[in-house]
Amino acid sequence: MAVCHKKSGGLPGLRVLLGAFFLVAASSAAAQLSIEITGAGAQRSPIAIVPFNGEAAVGTALSQIVRADLERSGLFRGLEVPPLSPAPTENTPVNYGEWRSRLADALVLGSVSANPDGRFEVRFRVYDIVKQAPLGAIAYVFTKDNARAAAHRVADFVYERITGEKGVFSTQIAYIVHRGSSYELQIADADGERAQYLLRSNEPIISPVWSPEGKRIAYVSFESKKPVVYVHHLEDRKRQVVASFKGSNSAPAWSPDGKTIAVVLSVDGGSQIFLLNSDGSGARRRISNSASIDTEPRFSSDGKWIYFTSDRGGSPQVYRMASSGGEPQRVTFEGSYNVSPRPSPDGRVLAYVTRNAGKFQVALLDLSNRQVQVITDSDRDESPSFAPNGRMILLATVIGGRGVLSAVSSDGRIKQRLPFAGGDVREPAWGPFIE
Amino acid sequence: MRSIVIATVCAAGLLIGAACSTTPEDQSAAKVEDKSTGAKPGADTRGVQPPKVAAVDLTKKPGVVDSMLKDPNSPLSKRSIFYDLDQFDVKDEYRSLVEAHAKYLRENPNARMMIQGNTDERGSREYNVGLGQRRSDGVRKMLILLGARENQIESVSLGEEKPQSDGHDETAWSKNRRSDILYSGEY
Repeated sequence: MAVCHKKSGGLPGLRVLLGAFFLVAASSAAAQLSIEITGAGAQRSPIAIVPFNGEAAVGTALSQIVRADLERSGLFRGLEVPPLSPAPTENTPVNYGEWRSRLADALVLGSVSANPDGRFEVRFRVYDIVKQAPLGAIAYVFTKDNARAAAHRVADFVYERITGEKGVFSTQIAYIVHRGSSYELQIADADGERAQYLLRSNEPIISPVWSPEGKRIAYVSFESKKPVVYVHHLEDRKRQVVASFKGSNSAPAWSPDGKTIAVVLSVDGGSQIFLLNSDGSGARRRISNSASIDTEPRFSSDGKWIYFTSDRGGSPQVYRMASSGGEPQRVTFEGSYNVSPRPSPDGRVLAYVTRNAGKFQVALLDLSNRQVQVITDSDRDESPSFAPNGRMILLATVIGGRGVLSAVSSDGRIKQRLPFAGGDVREPAWGPFIE
Repeated sequence: MRSIVIATVCAAGLLIGAACSTTPEDQSAAKVEDKSTGAKPGADTRGVQPPKVAAVDLTKKPGVVDSMLKDPNSPLSKRSIFYDLDQFDVKDEYRSLVEAHAKYLRENPNARMMIQGNTDERGSREYNVGLGQRRSDGVRKMLILLGARENQIESVSLGEEKPQSDGHDETAWSKNRRSDILYSGEY
């Protein structure tokens, strides 16, 4: 992401960022995900996002995308703002009492102008109405094609200024769409828009995982009638085989520095965890050593641990070992089927799938006090994936016989469904923050 | 570099079967397969070590499978072994099927086989890849005990990804918990 800082004349101290948003692959006519919120937290902060003065010229209502993003977080409720005359901009003085009487806790005012080079610039300020204080201002330069991405950047800024946490509206998600005999690895914005496919195949694709810098996706493709692990470079669309040993090659996971990929290979018999250099160089290093199935490795975000699924105790359970190998410790104890471990970005919590009375649901284990909480109410959940800020978990489930993506907040209070026209959607992977 | 050439050759459609199944044991060299630009037919092998490439058996005609393997009157036409829930051992009723294939492999040292293990749809996709591998490994071990050679057989797993039946009940699941036997030219 090329970011250009420039001094702003009209708005002192305002940083102007150029959004050179990458188009990752050829656009496709892929059907889009659209998001429904099925549950929300009790405390949603009312926010007034006044339509940005001049945004009609862009052809994309940026303020509406910002509002939708913030509402989707489950933390905000957008207020209906009647037309104001004169239409305010980021430079209009704020009458805090008036906005308080409209029941707003926060306010966003902004404007969009056309630059001589044909690009647009959105400038806006965020206010805390309760504390009667400005929370910051910024401007982004963008092309018409990237208006949605610019709006997501605005939403991230507003979210961070109000909550103190980084927003994930500018991030991307990857997932697999299965229709008939076709399988597509697609990526889309976190709101499901701007979907495009990276790979289309007549054989299954599973287990996509983003590299830590967000420029590569590793996955398992069955195009050679067996599972083979590839790394796909998003910018130039090149694919690289990283594991195609005799037997099965599956379950890729990136180390936090992006240099190592853990994979599961059957080359030595059984299903065991190995480390490979992510550029394909060097030899494989076996780090698990059991007569059981050891699979689904995931690095902790500090790189010290590898969490994995193993049935060495008779039923599949989550274990962890030092990322260099070593004696595994059992992590899950409740129940007879606990799989697909995903450590949270802050390392405090482990999400995994647990089977309970025939239902497969996402559970969270607090790694400090060992408390377990089931956070979904669906019954065929798979493949949980944390948002990079740890706030939400994306997962695959089945509703009405169709594979759909769903998202749940890590406290279980906010639930979203991402319906998709045509086909089964599965194997979601939430991408990293884009710098 | 071997896998570059093998992958490209397969992609170019010059060979199917034995060549594609020749998976290198050692992948120490960088492997780049670029399908978006890899349309050069005939696999440009210049600069690639030729002795390694020679491992590909060009005498094997693509897609030609011994007619005996397809003859419905031959036990060799029986290719699927089904399993009970959470079971991985070959049941007695499939013993004669496995013995017939072991005999064929013994008598045809150039024959190559892929065994694909499969599971039903329940549970984690990746754990199911592991369970399917346990099934195909079991068939492979039995064939080797019966005299087939290690290098004739590759056991792999398709997990839950290639069900024979799309249903969501035990009738469907019992068809999907299986190992399938394929000979070179069939995969």
